[in-house]
Amino acid sequence: MSPAATSLRSRHLLGIASLEPDEIQLVLDTALAMKEIGTRAIKKVPTLRGRTVVNLFFEASTRTRLSFELAEKRLSADTLGVTTTGSSVTKGETLVDTARTLEAMAPDVIVLRHEASGAPHHLARVCKASIVNAGDGMHEHPTQALLDAFTMVERKGRLQGLRVSIIGDLVHSRVLRSNVLLLTKMGAHVTAAGPATLLPLGLDRLGVRVETSMDAAVDSADVVMMLRVQHERMRGLFLPSVREYFTWYGLTPERMARAAPDAIVMHPGPMNRGVEIDSVVADGPWSVILDQVANGVAVRMAVLYLLAGGEE
Amino acid sequence: MPIVMDADRVSRSLARIAHEILERNKGVDDLAFIGIRTRGVPIAERLAVHIKQIAGVDVPTGALDITLYRDDLMRHAVAPQPVVRRTEIPFSLDGRHILLVDDVLYTGRTIRAALDALIDFGRPSAIQLIVLVDRGHRELPIRADYVGKNVPTSRQESVQVRLQELDGRDEVAVDVVEGAEP
Repeated sequence: MSPAATSLRSRHLLGIASLEPDEIQLVLDTALAMKEIGTRAIKKVPTLRGRTVVNLFFEASTRTRLSFELAEKRLSADTLGVTTTGSSVTKGETLVDTARTLEAMAPDVIVLRHEASGAPHHLARVCKASIVNAGDGMHEHPTQALLDAFTMVERKGRLQGLRVSIIGDLVHSRVLRSNVLLLTKMGAHVTAAGPATLLPLGLDRLGVRVETSMDAAVDSADVVMMLRVQHERMRGLFLPSVREYFTWYGLTPERMARAAPDAIVMHPGPMNRGVEIDSVVADGPWSVILDQVANGVAVRMAVLYLLAGGEE
Repeated sequence: MPIVMDADRVSRSLARIAHEILERNKGVDDLAFIGIRTRGVPIAERLAVHIKQIAGVDVPTGALDITLYRDDLMRHAVAPQPVVRRTEIPFSLDGRHILLVDDVLYTGRTIRAALDALIDFGRPSAIQLIVLVDRGHRELPIRADYVGKNVPTSRQESVQVRLQELDGRDEVAVDVVEGAEP
């Protein structure tokens, strides 16, 4: 094991793929300190005072955008929000032109959500600001994987050796990809399960056990992570019906009984109740879904803090 | 590497400071120690043990990390960020008499950051400062209320406080470092 990282090696956070285990650990440790700030009467520190962060969201997002915005405000950064509706993007401006225009206002960080995989990598090459990937197409969603890992450590005390089963719409999921990359780097055992039509090719080569049976996937899992069925990305015949999906891949209390005794249930949100998860499970004692939301702010504070000092 | 305080001297200084705290503060009911990370924390804990032995009262003790309040953060665009550690203050500061504890008082900038941080936690009735070593060279109008030892130094020297809890032994040493800033 290399000595513990005291800073991130890149000034961008484009994906989990480019992070080393010690950098992941640094983000998780820093997030623990950031979480305490959220418990204070005055939930704000002056750290990023005078810094400007642009939240550039080309895709619908509520929790990720609000979570980043709250993280930025708790660190005292000045924030600007740009969404596709009501901006010149609807008038035909390209991503790079939008970013260059914003760059003329000298932001320090650009948080980008885009429907095209690789969009943040492209911006990182043309912009002087630090780029944070807040989800790019079907590629990566690194801060989601980091907050999921933080929540697992908080509840289970470790990642090493943890049995994590990720179930649902795997092929469209950037959350899956980032989580698989992070969890395998940190020594967890990942199982992925979903209907054959929603299984991406080559998943097993990432060190993941692949199942099409949900019961087999849930069996003695420490963490059951449900993914949303992404109807908006389905251009073709992926599923016969929502009811059939729930019958085979919906997380019910009966299925949870197969998991490890103190297993937890996670979901990156937004949930489709009755599609991938039963309300009894979503609101039950296993659920840490609202912890994930709360931890998202702390993890994003940690990322913004660490990137502000990242090396060129 | 001249040793300016040995284990015995450190121990006697802390015992003396504990007595001074009791002498100056009538009643210990609203007192609380806040140690500044890293080495202020074990010093604060030891002072709380002394107060317990002398007066039989448990004084609550917290730990403060001032990293996010530093005035030199974000000034160096390419420097790595200092590591942030957890602040743990499991009690309200409102109306309390806070005894802020650090190992070395130098420029005063750490204490300025700590004061800003404490105000974000509540409104203490008063804050007093305890340091094991005052080495001079203040850059801000800050002074300590309780000092273990005044150690005249030059800016080229660095003061190393070592504590049993973290370093395996108690001592204060003065080293000469070329162009060093703490």
